[in-house]
Amino acid sequence: MTMESKNLKRVIIEPVTRVEGHGKVTLLLDDAGKVKQARLHIVEFRGFERFVQGRPYWEVPVLVQRLCGICPVSHHLAAAKAMDVIVGARQLTPTAEKMRRLMHYGQFFQSHALHFFHLCSPDLLFGFDADPAIRNVIGVAKKFPELAVQGVMMRKFGQEIIKATAGKKIHGTGAIPGGINKNLSIAERDSFLKDIDQMLEWSRGSVKIARDYTVENLENLKDFGSFPSNHLSIVRDDGALDIYNGNIRAVDAEGNRIVDDVNDQNYQDVVAEEVRSWSYMKFPFIKKIGPENGWYRVGPLARINTCDFIDTPEAEKERKEFMALTDGKPNNITMAYHWTRMIEVLHSIEKIRDLLNDSDLQGTDLVTTGDRCDEGIGIIEAPRGTLFHHYRVNKDDQIVMANLIVSTTSNNEPMNRAVQRVAEDKLSGNKITEGLLNNIEVAIRAYDPCLSCATHAMGQMPLVVELHDADGRLLDRKVKD
Amino acid sequence: MTHTIDTKVLVIGFGNPARGDDGLGPAAIEALEKLDIGGITLDADYQLTVEDAAQVAEHDVVIFIDAAMTGNAPYSFTRLEPKYQDSFSSHSVEPASVLGLAENLFHARSEGYLLGIRGYSFPMFTETLTEKARENLIQAVAFLETALQSSSLHQTVEQQEILSNNKS
Repeated sequence: MTMESKNLKRVIIEPVTRVEGHGKVTLLLDDAGKVKQARLHIVEFRGFERFVQGRPYWEVPVLVQRLCGICPVSHHLAAAKAMDVIVGARQLTPTAEKMRRLMHYGQFFQSHALHFFHLCSPDLLFGFDADPAIRNVIGVAKKFPELAVQGVMMRKFGQEIIKATAGKKIHGTGAIPGGINKNLSIAERDSFLKDIDQMLEWSRGSVKIARDYTVENLENLKDFGSFPSNHLSIVRDDGALDIYNGNIRAVDAEGNRIVDDVNDQNYQDVVAEEVRSWSYMKFPFIKKIGPENGWYRVGPLARINTCDFIDTPEAEKERKEFMALTDGKPNNITMAYHWTRMIEVLHSIEKIRDLLNDSDLQGTDLVTTGDRCDEGIGIIEAPRGTLFHHYRVNKDDQIVMANLIVSTTSNNEPMNRAVQRVAEDKLSGNKITEGLLNNIEVAIRAYDPCLSCATHAMGQMPLVVELHDADGRLLDRKVKD
Repeated sequence: MTHTIDTKVLVIGFGNPARGDDGLGPAAIEALEKLDIGGITLDADYQLTVEDAAQVAEHDVVIFIDAAMTGNAPYSFTRLEPKYQDSFSSHSVEPASVLGLAENLFHARSEGYLLGIRGYSFPMFTETLTEKARENLIQAVAFLETALQSSSLHQTVEQQEILSNNKS
């Protein structure tokens, strides 16, 4: 529960949707009407960890997909990687690893496209303060129909990749402990290759939109919900961006490495979670620094800030241009998430093209095994950030412990900070303006939070905003359907 | 619209099978797959998203199947009008908005219907339907099997509405 201090006013912003779960923003004002404190409340339930206990371990990669209708593939692959460790499959066959990677790049491509075109582009194209009636994907469809069609078709392309590698949208079973259960047929490969040039062209265009927008509006964006922070992701052994497999690296706001080359099985040496009385959601932090200053950002911005390079030429060129903006040091501008997200779209489609031209995808050696273990950890970069899956099994192959740290949880503190910055700049007095609502929404959306992962919630409610004075009296209330 | 053998029909069931009766949509698709009704496209997903508009645009008739948290049991069947406004900030899209997107983006005038199967319990991480929801599912699938073979879904909706009014 939120603590209410004497002489402070409280503003509550409560967005609830069927998919993303339940989030609420509370702003505490002082007597002068200035924001003293901002808190983003997300109702997190740890039910899933209990739900899988007692289930056979091989069911887990399928079960975890029910956590999230938006990114089931990320949970599917993170769980499968953990189960690889349990069955002793430390090195997958080339076909299995490349099929999983294809699935994962398809997931990134469609998820980032959905976010950019469906949720973010209306903010960029119409402005943060535009009427919500037009600041949505339908508005984009009317004013920029070609762009809207691109977004939908990019999303569809990624979804088709997932379907070809994971199977059905519900109950996808592509990744199994120790490998994969199918390869890619020549017919499937060719159906994707015929569209690949179009997807590349659209991806280049998407990066340009995000880059141009950021550069042209830099003066306004650099302070919008921004703050210096640590950044964390996995990176490949040679420092390359790698969203499927790698070691843990964290850098501070200046780019100094806090931790590096930490094997994923040792993640608990690096990350711990703090419980705070006012939030159902935990606050992860880098143990070496401690809970107060060890919080970190994950996701596209963090990945581009932590990696040394990208191993596909077009995305690497874009990364260099992005990093040049801050003289090679980490970029801490919250709205820069969108630019980095589009760099990853370009990287993903370059990777998809390369994989489709790799004959290993037609291989038939799909599964490997080794010495059985009782414990397995799978870490993957989900579209929204680093995703940790940790399981223990008993001698009867049943799950006895599960712990998940989803990317929205890692971004919990950064999202709180972003809301605070925006509120400090935009709120004064006792009225909740449309402008304030819109700007808070824009700041949270930069992280592309998928609250369903964190909350597993369901329900459909409008955005409710309430303003209370220090005595609990309602000063103002707004509802946004 | 009068439907012929050439009418392209898409049936999409959506919902989360790990949320109790919220899994009615995908369960209906599984049941329809077993019936092996020829000439229709079946799809199931956790939720509807923007790219569903592309698939919808390729079909003349689209039937969305969802769990209904309120309303008539065992099911309701209603005609959908395209909606041209989107939700506040959700990744998902409601059926009427998918129709609206299909029209705006692909100039498609697909005929849309919603089959809402009444559910009763939606707890987290429960992978079974309640007994009452399962009974409703059986009746809803039987209705849809007949409706898909009729020459006019529009007429079926009107008949369904008369039935619902008589019940209430």
